[in-house]
Amino acid sequence: MFAESALNVRNKRVQNLFRILFLMMTVLLIIPVVIILATLIAKGGSIISIDFLFTDPTNGMTAGGIFPALLGTVWIVAVALLASVPLGVAAAIYLNEYAGDNWFTRIIQLAIINLAGVPSIVHALFGVGAFVIFFGFGTSILAASLTLAIMTLPVVIVSTRESLRAVPQAFREACWNMGATRWQTIRRVVLPNAVSGILTGVILEVSRTTGETAPIMFTGAAFFLPFLPQGVFDQTMALSLHLFVVATQVPGVPDNLPFGVALVLIAMVLLMNSISIAFRMYLRGKKKW
Amino acid sequence: MSVINPLNRSMTTDFDSRNMDWYIDKFVQFIVFVAGISAIIFIIGIFIFITMEGFGFLLEDFSFREFFFSPFWEPSDEDAPEYGILALVAGTASVTGLAMIVAIPFSLGAAIFIGEFASGKMREYLKVLVELLAAIPSVVWGFIGLSIMNPLIIDLFDVPVGLNVLNAGIILGLMAAPIMTSIAEDALKAVPDRYREAAEALGATRWQVIFKTVLPAAKNGLLGAVLLGVGRGFGETMAVLMATGHAVNIPGSLFDPVRALTATIAAELGETAVGSPHYQALFTIGIFLFIITFIINLTADLIVRGIRKG
Amino acid sequence: MVDMNVNLAAADKIVDPAFAAPVKLGVSDLTIRYGGTAALSGVNLEVREHEIFGIIGPANAGKTSFLKTLNRMDTFNTNMSVEGEILFNGLNVQNLKNIYALRSRIGVVFPLPVGLPLTIYENVALSPRLRGIKRKSELDVIVERCLSRAALWDEVKDRLNSLGSLLSGGQQQRLTIARALSQEPDLLMLDEFSIAVDPVTTMRIEDVLKELKHDMTIILVTNLVQQARRLADRTAFFLEGECVEVGITEDLFTGEVKDQRTRDYVEGKFG
Repeated sequence: MFAESALNVRNKRVQNLFRILFLMMTVLLIIPVVIILATLIAKGGSIISIDFLFTDPTNGMTAGGIFPALLGTVWIVAVALLASVPLGVAAAIYLNEYAGDNWFTRIIQLAIINLAGVPSIVHALFGVGAFVIFFGFGTSILAASLTLAIMTLPVVIVSTRESLRAVPQAFREACWNMGATRWQTIRRVVLPNAVSGILTGVILEVSRTTGETAPIMFTGAAFFLPFLPQGVFDQTMALSLHLFVVATQVPGVPDNLPFGVALVLIAMVLLMNSISIAFRMYLRGKKKW
Repeated sequence: MSVINPLNRSMTTDFDSRNMDWYIDKFVQFIVFVAGISAIIFIIGIFIFITMEGFGFLLEDFSFREFFFSPFWEPSDEDAPEYGILALVAGTASVTGLAMIVAIPFSLGAAIFIGEFASGKMREYLKVLVELLAAIPSVVWGFIGLSIMNPLIIDLFDVPVGLNVLNAGIILGLMAAPIMTSIAEDALKAVPDRYREAAEALGATRWQVIFKTVLPAAKNGLLGAVLLGVGRGFGETMAVLMATGHAVNIPGSLFDPVRALTATIAAELGETAVGSPHYQALFTIGIFLFIITFIINLTADLIVRGIRKG
Repeated sequence: MVDMNVNLAAADKIVDPAFAAPVKLGVSDLTIRYGGTAALSGVNLEVREHEIFGIIGPANAGKTSFLKTLNRMDTFNTNMSVEGEILFNGLNVQNLKNIYALRSRIGVVFPLPVGLPLTIYENVALSPRLRGIKRKSELDVIVERCLSRAALWDEVKDRLNSLGSLLSGGQQQRLTIARALSQEPDLLMLDEFSIAVDPVTTMRIEDVLKELKHDMTIILVTNLVQQARRLADRTAFFLEGECVEVGITEDLFTGEVKDQRTRDYVEGKFG
């Protein structure tokens, strides 16, 4: 073995120093979140119960449960998915299977990036101008969901495109050589092999849609409603907006109530995200080719 | 002796005709094309609809000078309403600025650690964690600012109110950091390994490789990550609505409450009559936000693509 | 026409090119370019029904590009431009109304077998399904017949529902042949099929091809000149984007060549 030179030792030390420095930065990024989660659980955990989830708010929302908000979020998310998943998957199919590498495709990609980058409150304004007023849906689940669908469309497009791209080109060529049309190839070979990847993206979108607040504030979500929605043209309460309301708009709310709402919301979102991530990893380990 | 395959299709020339599958294929191609350009349609649609709603204000009450240079946002003053967004811009800028001061070092540091130092399982776990952090909804962040950061700041700095630039800046920084981390990590990953190998072959140590080779090579991507963080800070609504204190004010210190452009729309749109000057003024702020974020996103994209090509 | 086919089937090898079977594929003045560079220029040849037509030549001779233009796979490559005329069954493939129908009549086997990520059964049943055959009993018949003709049935008949990609390389290549046969093609094109296949399987596939030529026309691109000699009735020699010569296979090997380069290649002096 060679004896290590002084320079080498010094370099090693500097390297270790940097390693630790960067590790610290990473940890510092994560620690606040851990503290926050712990606080949410400590302060809001006590209120969480089956009753809390499945009863109506009472006493001007200072007591009782969150059921209408929970149900409303399910409505909004479901309708948003119905709109954005078919559209997003079709758009991704166009981009990955049909579009050439040219300026036109570039413009579509820029539009997608911008759709994801436009502030959520601007999407809300668009929702008000387009769906509530112009198309006459009024403040309704439909208007709120469509606003959210357009806002989260990039999530579906990007994740679907990723999973389409992962299907080897050789499969398509083999299929084309057999005389399959483009669509037959997509339907018989490409989509079946991408469907689980697409599902991962859809779960991710559910998570995004669940947490959004600003876009639904003026398009369909209400502060408080004494009844449950009966259809897509009704207004509804929503969990994310409910957190905003009980945290800022209602006087005399007991401390643990907003913490409880926040805990339920964050649990739903993180659960959905974790499922999506776990699913993705599972798929990566289980490729058929 | 072999017999001619009874199922062999006739060898005449009548095969060249369009069947149902051919037409279905063309139809699907049309459908997915329409879906493909929907993103363009929506972007244009967003611009048209918010402009349509804000148009009346732009024609009548709008004064370029007042709008951009007056610090007074008093749209509900019945005698002389004033529509100046200077203070709101200052609020958004101060919060976003502080957020970047918080987020840039941490996100770049974390990206370097994840991309260049961590390996195997640890790297996977950290990436998952960063992804989960990015998923926390903004209304939850706002609530954290309101209910956890607020008393903390009051205690630590002995100020009467903890909803201010400092609070919102930190919250926004924590929000933006995970996204910036993943984009920055992508940028580092895009640097080809042969760069690192070449530098290592010359005897450079790991950190020398990172600072002298990898970071310069990835600088456009990192700049793009920062820009996207800025765009995100600019457009964030719920968190800044809840954590800034929401007072129209050009801040003089970190402990002054401010009000952001986005938060103004969120707080006031519900109280205005459709079509009133105030309502239209809010849409005009929306146009302004749309244009600013459009420019930021476009620039970030151009910068990031720049390295991909090189 | 049917009479002639029976005649041909009886004759194991076409001895005299003047004994002209109908032209299956007529290629005239074919030039293929990628961007500005020509990959193949000025090709003129005819492939006749029920012959095995060999194409030999070293790498980059333009053999694969040639095959791609025959079934119009060039449409997927915007960089690729094709000039000249290709007549398939007398129809110009450049202006067909339905190129999918053309492709469905031409079976293709690639150098590396591409087992679609489907079961063995579905790999072979895919093409019939695309044609609209839905009845299970009918599909069963086709699957068994195609796998048998590709000399694979006995090995896989008990596990038709396992993934095609789990088969060995040689088996996968026979699976792709079975899949090509399921198209019921009148032209079968093989592109260096033996590259990833063991010698025993290669011999088995060669036997299969000798049988198949009674039912269809076969174009065999190969980098093994001896394989062309064993199988092909007539052979073309491609070199660096040029079709150097076309002739009766045996003539190329016995020295009756028009071009010295052909003799050198066949004798193994280069390539």
